[in-house]
Amino acid sequence: MKEPLLKVEGLKKHFPVRKGALGRVKGHVKAVDGVSFSVMPGETLGIVGESGCGKSTTGRLLMRLLEPTEGKVVFDGKELTAIGSEEMRKTRRDIQMVFQDPYASLNPRHTIGKILEEPLLVHGVKDPKERKRKVREFLEIVGLSGYHATRYPHQFSGGQRQRIGIARALMTNPKLIIADEPVSALDVSIQSQVLNLMQDLQREFGLTYIFISHDLSVVRHISDRVAVMYLGRIVEIAESDQLYEKPLHPYTQALLSAVPVPDPGFVREQIVLEGDIPSPADPPPGCPFHSRCPFRMEVCKSKVPALSEQETGHSVACHLYPEEARGNDNKTLVTEGSL
Amino acid sequence: MDSRQKVLGVSGLRTSFFTDGGVVPAVDGVDFDLYRGEVLGIVGESGCGKSVTSLSVMGLVPNPPGKVTGGEILYGGTDLLKLNERKMRKVRGNEIAMIFQEPMTSLNPLFTIGDQMVEPLRIHRKISKKAARGKAIDMLRLVGLPRAEEIMNEYPHQLSGGMRQRVMIAMALICEPKVLIADEPTTALDVTIQAQILKLMKDLNERLDTAVLLITHDLGVVAETCSRVIVMYAGKVVEEGPVREIFRNPQHPYTEGLLKSVPDMRFKQERLDPIPGNVPRPGSIKTGCRFAARCPYAFGRCLEDDPDLYETGDGHRARCFLREGKEAGAYEGALAEG
Ligand SMILES: Nc1ncnc2c1ncn2[C@@H]1O[C@H](COP(=O)(O)OP(=O)(O)O)[C@@H](O)[C@H]1O
Ligand SMILES: Nc1ncnc2c1ncn2[C@@H]1O[C@H](COP(=O)(O)OP(=O)(O)O)[C@@H](O)[C@H]1O
Ligand code: SF4
Ligand code: SF4
Ligand SMILES: [Mg+2]
Ligand SMILES: [Mg+2]
Repeated sequence: MKEPLLKVEGLKKHFPVRKGALGRVKGHVKAVDGVSFSVMPGETLGIVGESGCGKSTTGRLLMRLLEPTEGKVVFDGKELTAIGSEEMRKTRRDIQMVFQDPYASLNPRHTIGKILEEPLLVHGVKDPKERKRKVREFLEIVGLSGYHATRYPHQFSGGQRQRIGIARALMTNPKLIIADEPVSALDVSIQSQVLNLMQDLQREFGLTYIFISHDLSVVRHISDRVAVMYLGRIVEIAESDQLYEKPLHPYTQALLSAVPVPDPGFVREQIVLEGDIPSPADPPPGCPFHSRCPFRMEVCKSKVPALSEQETGHSVACHLYPEEARGNDNKTLVTEGSL
Repeated sequence: MDSRQKVLGVSGLRTSFFTDGGVVPAVDGVDFDLYRGEVLGIVGESGCGKSVTSLSVMGLVPNPPGKVTGGEILYGGTDLLKLNERKMRKVRGNEIAMIFQEPMTSLNPLFTIGDQMVEPLRIHRKISKKAARGKAIDMLRLVGLPRAEEIMNEYPHQLSGGMRQRVMIAMALICEPKVLIADEPTTALDVTIQAQILKLMKDLNERLDTAVLLITHDLGVVAETCSRVIVMYAGKVVEEGPVREIFRNPQHPYTEGLLKSVPDMRFKQERLDPIPGNVPRPGSIKTGCRFAARCPYAFGRCLEDDPDLYETGDGHRARCFLREGKEAGAYEGALAEG
């Protein structure tokens, strides 16, 4: 059996909240609160959830751009959470990030050529001719042209800048790319171009993706498996088709039912959730979703449901499961394909 | 169609920005009518002129550098473009109200929600402070806010994003305007909150009979909320029609391309079908069809002449030479002029 490329266990990040002149720690924002998953080589894991649920923090923890409060990240057999900074620096050539706003991460005073050469320099490609050749090659791979190397970031449109962001991530031949909302700032006609490009590159270079997005339609399109986050935890994870066609967690069901579908003839039962997402600085006890869950039971208010596998490869964190344990009293609550 | 009551009639609207880099024709001859009680969508990608169209209707185009340079905006027999600022202020909020993507642009952080709700009532309606407060509380309840009385004494920053958006809708509707313009009202919100707000807007549109002009870049939002839609591209209306018609049977290649390029959550598609090229900056294309460079059907004439809006069905029009003469007759006159 193949080994996962990435394995994450019990990952947590609690940001201290400081108050007052002395900056005393008053509490913690539990941005990521015990996340576990693994990613197989060549696959795309989508991470979805509403703003503030901890998607970006998870991405940054994987690259150790942030130090985890707890938990383990194992990449390609190496425990990243246990190695020193020099070894981590070397490992970064294998894990690259693509961000939502490429403009913010492209130095406006540098030419595209210089920007793209930088990762090569960092990782020891000493021959300038070789660097220039690679820059031209990758510009063409992402659908731009070699002559673009002499231009500056502001001379490109949003979609072209994202192509540059992707080219930069590819320069070091990474194995894993963590893309955090890579198409969220793009117009729909451009979004589909970039999504197609990412799929082509995955095939061509055997890349593994973690694709973070709040857009459930985009995530279904690009992902093999999908994890749904809520208040710093994964509440459901499954193969993409399973998750979208037979969501088990009440939050996933509500989330999917709220996504506007571009078909005026489409009718469905919408589950409109009451209220707002609670603050991760003061999450509710028990199930993090219980304050908004239409199926809340007494046990949900005090006991945290563990993520457990219900069907092969389909895990959910909810006291409604396994269904047998509930007897037959509320079977009807979970309707198949609530889309 | 004539049985419907027209509340707003925009024709030949042109709005340009006079910048150091030259004149930017952001809105380049836009026509549409808005009928009582309907939800009309305006959809299009960034920079196509959606916001400038709505700001033009509200008389809020920043001047300088912007200026409405032509056209007519008829509201109840009056051309709003001819009103002075004092008269326009009476229309704004009272007759036509607007809500924005970011509620903080229309909420003042220094005043309580109550003060901000009561003020327009005191300006536009001569009612007592007490009656105004009562009405404000009713309105907050109507938009589904819990603890309406307490919220009256709270400041905007004390509320969540979804709650602020509700407050803004309550504020916009408090004088019972005939027209509500909503510019990307849910774009900054999470999907579950977006569903709440869209449901609320549809509810209020039905209950109060307010005509809504809903601006969005999201085709899903259009499909779920609007009855008619206008598609804009590079400062022009390229297609207009009933939502069902436009989604089932788009007549303009741009609309067709847009519909094909969005992923649909219900299916697994192998590959998306994007529109090639980039979204043009307004004014960058001077002759011919604005979409020609990206259009898979473009032919010789598309690069030289500017197509008109041709009628293709009942209330359905498309700005594309391929549709010319499909239902000629009524349009021959217009064609000869253009
Ligand atoms: N550096 C930080 N310090 C304190 N809180 C943070 C920091 N970064 C993120 N957070 C908080 O952690 C939570 C999760 O944030 P994030 O991972 O950015 O969510 P998402 O990407 O899903 O929108 C949010 O409540 C956010 O405010
Ligand atoms: N204040 C301004 N100054 C100069 N140009 C502007 C200004 N506001 C808008 N524009 C121009 O008008 C065009 C249309 O803008 P807008 O209506 O905001 O687009 P959208 O369809 O995204 O709402 C933009 O492409 C921009 O070039
Ligand atoms: S554990 Fe309880 S509150 Fe949480 S999602 Fe399941 S039913 Fe709802
Ligand atoms: S007029 Fe020509 S270029 Fe324009 S949309 Fe029609 S076919 Fe395409
Ligand atoms: Mg994020
Ligand atoms: Mg806009």
